[in-house]
Amino acid sequence: MMFAFITITIFVCMVMIMIRLFAGPTLYDRVLSLNTFGTCTVLFIGTVGLLFGRPDFLDIALLYALINFVGTIAVLKFFRYRRIGDAPEIPETPDIEASQ
Amino acid sequence: MSWTLVIDVLSWALFLGGGFFLFVGSLGMLRLPDFWSRLHAASIIDSAGVGLILAGMLLQTGFSLITVKILIIIGFLLITGPTATHAVANAAFVSGSRPKDIVEDATAPAPVEKAPKKKTKKSAAAKTARKRRA
Repeated sequence: MMFAFITITIFVCMVMIMIRLFAGPTLYDRVLSLNTFGTCTVLFIGTVGLLFGRPDFLDIALLYALINFVGTIAVLKFFRYRRIGDAPEIPETPDIEASQ
Repeated sequence: MSWTLVIDVLSWALFLGGGFFLFVGSLGMLRLPDFWSRLHAASIIDSAGVGLILAGMLLQTGFSLITVKILIIIGFLLITGPTATHAVANAAFVSGSRPKDIVEDATAPAPVEKAPKKKTKKSAAAKTARKRRA
């Protein structure tokens, strides 16, 4: 009963975050809502596993949390340096020196 | 028998609180006007919603290997959630996005800015005084 309640709540919140993910005006809105959507997905997998009596889903939830964090940092690094691998030189961004 | 009832009531309270914070955070992410205020709503989900819901699951599963897994998930999410939020905020700040009410750079120290202005005024006044003398 309580697992069904919290699963439905998490699903409604995931739908609302997905609307913001598609309607975000800037890039950083989309990255932020993608990160929050991944956090809600971790909760959703855990509660679904406890709802259907299969608590082994928590391993998948832990793996999803790891991949979600690494993916967010990778997307941010790609849009900063325009490459995923090694970034030997910092491109000219005058806003960095102005902000510091 | 009463012990299970106490645990059920406690986990119902934790689930209701976690669901409330999760709903408020996602409604704020949908309705708030600015990126920086949406960041605030997302951090509510990352800290309060995750902590309360996983604590409720922790009370329901008893004491076994599942408890250790949920504790690992709680620790990992409480470390990486604020880190990812700070990374997104830092990337948006570096790219030039600012909150609406801030006109100038608020991080610049104010007295260091004011001191050379006074000196320039004094030097300008001194220059005009020298011109008058000449």
